[in-house]
Amino acid sequence: MIAPASPPPTSARDTILARIREALRVPAPVPHLKSHSAEQAVVPAAASGLPALTVLPAEVAKPWLPDGGDTPAERVRIFTENIEKLRAVPCRVPDLPAAAEAIGALVRERGWQRVAGHAHPLLEPVLANLPCSVQRVDGSAEFDKNALEACDAGITACEAAVAQTGSLLVSSRTCGGRGLSILPHVHIAVLTVDQVVATVGDALHLTRERAAGRMPSMLSFITGPSRTGDIERILVLGAHGPKELFVFLVG
Amino acid sequence: MLAKKQFLADAAVRTRDTGHRAFVRKALGGYYTNRDLQKARYRDWEHARDAASLAKWSAVNRLDELLPRFVANFEANGGQVHWARDAEEARTIILGLLRAAKAKAIIKSKCMTSEEIHLNAAMENDGYGVVESDLGEFIQQLRGEPPYHFVFPCMHVRRDEISDLFGKHLGSAPTDSPEELTMIARRHMRRLYVDADVGITGANFLVAETGQISITENEGNARLTAALPRVHISISGIEKVIENLDDLSVLLPMLATAGAGQPMTCYNTLYSGPRQPGECDGPEEMHLVLLDNQRTAILADPEQRDSLHCIRCGACLNVCPIFKNVGGFTYGTTYQGPIGSVITPHLRGLADWNHLSGASSLCGACTDACPVRIDIHHHLLHNRRNAARTAPSRLERLGHRLFVVAATRPWLFATGGAMFRRSLGVLKALRPPLLKDWLASRDLPAAPAHSFRAQWSARSRGRHSN
Repeated sequence: MIAPASPPPTSARDTILARIREALRVPAPVPHLKSHSAEQAVVPAAASGLPALTVLPAEVAKPWLPDGGDTPAERVRIFTENIEKLRAVPCRVPDLPAAAEAIGALVRERGWQRVAGHAHPLLEPVLANLPCSVQRVDGSAEFDKNALEACDAGITACEAAVAQTGSLLVSSRTCGGRGLSILPHVHIAVLTVDQVVATVGDALHLTRERAAGRMPSMLSFITGPSRTGDIERILVLGAHGPKELFVFLVG
Repeated sequence: MLAKKQFLADAAVRTRDTGHRAFVRKALGGYYTNRDLQKARYRDWEHARDAASLAKWSAVNRLDELLPRFVANFEANGGQVHWARDAEEARTIILGLLRAAKAKAIIKSKCMTSEEIHLNAAMENDGYGVVESDLGEFIQQLRGEPPYHFVFPCMHVRRDEISDLFGKHLGSAPTDSPEELTMIARRHMRRLYVDADVGITGANFLVAETGQISITENEGNARLTAALPRVHISISGIEKVIENLDDLSVLLPMLATAGAGQPMTCYNTLYSGPRQPGECDGPEEMHLVLLDNQRTAILADPEQRDSLHCIRCGACLNVCPIFKNVGGFTYGTTYQGPIGSVITPHLRGLADWNHLSGASSLCGACTDACPVRIDIHHHLLHNRRNAARTAPSRLERLGHRLFVVAATRPWLFATGGAMFRRSLGVLKALRPPLLKDWLASRDLPAAPAHSFRAQWSARSRGRHSN
């Protein structure tokens, strides 16, 4: 991109890669581990000629990380408990019309004037029922960040939800781009109960399968409303992103 | 020697400042509670540490293979990679990108590598205005100070100081509410995100298998920085590469729990490149600056190579008795605390920075707290050993030789010991130059009447007679 005024004899890339190869000629000791799986995990030499240690952390670490639940009902229960602790608001609704009704009521109660949303099968009934004007953020019109900034709330779908951590996974491809879930003061997410997976790894694998070789340019785990502890380590919600996060669980 | 003198002078002042110490301890109090609560949710924290440690070990030791793989995948997604051997090269690259983008307004999210290369000063020298968007970094920018702690940049600042600061720079009314202060910054920053044409961020992990950059943050400022400006520039050390998304799924929760006592940091975002066809927003260009800046020197030391496993969670600072007493600024480094004391001598020279290795009680709290099992406190010993080898102190060597002479001759050891016990009181009163510094912060206990060996044989005799 940027051509240096006088090109150096060797490129920075070649120099750095040569330094790395040189540095790795002496192998490092295997880390001291508490478990015995380390010895079992030693697999044949890698390209560098070092004994490579590889475990499959998603498989091996699953029983060590926080529990994400084994059945769909357990996953929904753990997810709901976790997002409550994170000060997000879970709202369980039986079907989409009920979600549309509840979100409409929320908009009326708060007196919101303009709410942003995007094209998605789960959101169509919701956006159609909103008692305020709707800002579409889905490529149907030129993206206008000023208009999005002026919205009271943003409504998005999700790629998945993670029980283990109480996270939502949104993407730039299916959830209204990058700005919609972060710029408005309130984020409302709509998802079905069968979108709740157990672990962070499960959510990433699911998304990768769906992406079929080309990941969205942005994938974001959202774990509760925006927060900061920068002032005297005291928790404050709504630092730069949404102050409130409503999660409508359909089903 | 300048760095050492500054360290000793600042440490002496800070350690006596009991108000500062109490404030820092109070601020960290909640951290311990939350961390332990979250750790208890892990079905096996120690095994999870093993998995995290192995993920980083296997990536760092295959950097020659994984770094090019990451770069190929990132470029295939439309991102542009720039390699920087050192800080100056990185600054030149970034200033070049700003010129090419005709940047007018730059918004920046928290990025320690940018502190390492002193990027803000370079951008300001070239006439660019830049705003730090992370609340803590914003406060530090207004104060004209570097971060105090590489995860909690302004944890040493009281709310009334922040209120005064915002009053002076933003014209806000005084308040003692952390929430209101946060909202003042929020209101101030919103227009800046929308108006910025270049966004600069750091990176926490580079995922080789997918070519994605992972950024961890709580406030949403990095999300906004990478969403709204036309150009996104990310700066990362080359050691941030991990192999795959499985590794990431272990490291993300552990980073949050170890560093801040959270189940997961509020936003963990993966960027694979600029806006794609069919996406409604996002930057047109995405650049990644890959920084060496002496990291390959650490890589070349197999004994301390694992210090490149560091995920910058800050846990070792939070638990360190030295950090809590001398405070973050005393270190005089970009990376404070135990891990900073390990890596700074490699990044900036052992001769000038070895004194940090002595700023440790070797209690091992840092090693225990490390989610990726870096052998931190032993590396401090390794640094001390290396410094003794490369630049031995004549006085220390003389002392050790005298000790060897005495310790290998029992009669001399006994005579010397007896003389020392008798003269201890005199020494304490006289305060000769060598002892004076030592006594300045320590108390010399009274010597026992009899030597250890004499007491031991007296006891043994007693036992036998029973």
